[in-house]
Amino acid sequence: MFVFANLIRSIKLALKSLLLHKLRSGLTMLGIVFGVFSVIAMLAIGEGASAQAQQQVLALGATNIIVLTVKPPADSQQAAGTPRSGRSFGLQYGLLRSDYRLLTGTLPTITGAVPMREIFSETRHLQQTLNARVVGCTSEYLDMNHLQMQRGRFITDQDEADIANVCVLGAQTAATLFPFDDPIGKSIQIKSYRYRVVGVTRERTASAAIGGSLSGQDYNKDVYLPLRTFQARIGDRVITALSGSFSAEQVELNQITLRVRDVKDVLPTAEVVKESLQRTHGDKKDWDLIVPLELLRQADQIRQIFNIVLGSIAAISLVVGGIGIMNIMLATVTERTREIGICRALGARRKDIIQQFLTETIVLSGAGGLIGVLLGLSTPLAFEGIQWIVQDFVLDASSQASPLGRMFTDMQPKIAMWSLPVAFGISVFIGVVFGIYPARAAAHMDPIEALRHE
Amino acid sequence: MRLAAQLIDLHKHYHLGEHVVRALRGVSIDFPEGDYVAIMGQSGSGKSTLLNLLGALDRPTSGRYILGGDDVGILSDDRLSEIRNRKIGFIFQSYNLIPQYTVLENIQVPMHYRANHRRITAEDTNRCIDLAARVGLADRLDHRPFQLSGGQQQRVAIARALVNDPEIILADEPTGNLDSATEKEIMEILGGLNAEGRTIIMVTHETSVARRARRQIVMKDGRIEREGLLITANEK
Repeated sequence: MFVFANLIRSIKLALKSLLLHKLRSGLTMLGIVFGVFSVIAMLAIGEGASAQAQQQVLALGATNIIVLTVKPPADSQQAAGTPRSGRSFGLQYGLLRSDYRLLTGTLPTITGAVPMREIFSETRHLQQTLNARVVGCTSEYLDMNHLQMQRGRFITDQDEADIANVCVLGAQTAATLFPFDDPIGKSIQIKSYRYRVVGVTRERTASAAIGGSLSGQDYNKDVYLPLRTFQARIGDRVITALSGSFSAEQVELNQITLRVRDVKDVLPTAEVVKESLQRTHGDKKDWDLIVPLELLRQADQIRQIFNIVLGSIAAISLVVGGIGIMNIMLATVTERTREIGICRALGARRKDIIQQFLTETIVLSGAGGLIGVLLGLSTPLAFEGIQWIVQDFVLDASSQASPLGRMFTDMQPKIAMWSLPVAFGISVFIGVVFGIYPARAAAHMDPIEALRHE
Repeated sequence: MRLAAQLIDLHKHYHLGEHVVRALRGVSIDFPEGDYVAIMGQSGSGKSTLLNLLGALDRPTSGRYILGGDDVGILSDDRLSEIRNRKIGFIFQSYNLIPQYTVLENIQVPMHYRANHRRITAEDTNRCIDLAARVGLADRLDHRPFQLSGGQQQRVAIARALVNDPEIILADEPTGNLDSATEKEIMEILGGLNAEGRTIIMVTHETSVARRARRQIVMKDGRIEREGLLITANEK
């Protein structure tokens, strides 16, 4: 109680002295205000960026392992081009149906697997056309990609067994091909066959590109077919007409998404998948493995690096603020030498003087810290303003659409709640550190000299 | 008779580079309780040094200074602060009020530095208000020093000197900055305090002020030159 009352009095006295020079105190405080603000803002931006990355990775599924077909680089195409069977021609590469059978048949930790084949092709209904991604897949594709049905149903195992001529449209595909009609029950044409529409998926936000190996996917412009239908009607070979020549590619599967029983099994399973593919494909680097969990771990490390680097930069400004405070306090001590002498003559001990000046410094830095925290809370708002300026005046349309531009414009700073008390604590700590020297200088003045000071 | 303060063969030397300045060269005085002493002397005679020692702002080089039973010469810095707070009331030539505080707050300052009970109670505040009333400032409690005349400021300083009920009151040229009418008022207050039994030690170089004390001590070259009731009718 006694200590508390004493503290209150000290703070009151400190406020009184500080308010005597409002402008000076305010300017001194500003250093800390901006220091604390920038610590919070920097951390919020770092957190926001990593939260964005994490969300994208999580959308891939933490228990998933994604095996992709990759077109081999040009210089190795010669070697890769040798046909596997005598009848095929053109470039043959990628995951095989035998790979799918091998992986799902031999690994007990895998609980589910979705093979997928895709091409880009024109789709047509009457005179409406759209260049869509045509995906051959199984019924589990819906869940694995977090897709939801808007109307009708998705592809079923029965469709798969029947090699049925049915399809499911993405939201935008449906809107483009059937601007005025209900697509369900109607048919669309892909290449030379027609398929009956049985469902439409709900709109889904596109996933962004991750790590350079998995390109961004816009699920809205998709058409889904049963995988076996795809194989029977469209086939493995895609012939592209170029000016004056044809090029052919033969791919069996574009992607196999494996679902693993448990998060702890993900990395060992990925290792085994990698080894068995290496064995079957040999030197041919026509596949790639993406482990979202690993990406998540990387994203987390990047976030930590971000936090440390940005936090350190901001901390420098806090130290600069502290030096500003010390400077002013030293001037104040000189200016108030006589007051110090009076207090000493009236019975103040050295520690009373230290306490008085230290309280003043801490009140100054603490108040600055508090204002900085409040300012820091407005980071999302301030960042929105910056985004607006950048979007309207700096970026042109094409760079806005670029991955970096989108990353910037889509990013939302996320205030790290722990950074608020930490930043405030640092500001108080700086008050203590930079206040001790001036306070000690004040306390160790000779009272006789101090009283004589004009 | 009980002694409020006692000086026994007090020496004070200052070191200024190579030189040693002997400011006090063996001063011995007794101050009985209720005494009213004026210390006089030309500048350089050692009276300021003597006052600093009496005020426990400094320690003697040798000799003893006994104040209310404590040997001040050997105490630590913290204990000296305590002695100043509890046993000494200071009145300065330039008042030395703290500019940002009100009259009442200025009177309260010594209470904040009390060794045992720093918290200011309502009773303490009442005591401060009574003291302000005694020096005629009951209606100026909320004023700040710059709103007061010199005489009023000195009266605040007197009230502040009394607040912890000190053993001795030390006045350093208390009227040096005041006109003669105000000087008279202040000296009457000091005379009143002495009449109540308070011990007052005052440094002055004005005979008109010194004459009001019961006895005068004249310093010269760090020693006491004359002592006693020096200013008599024939010196007027």
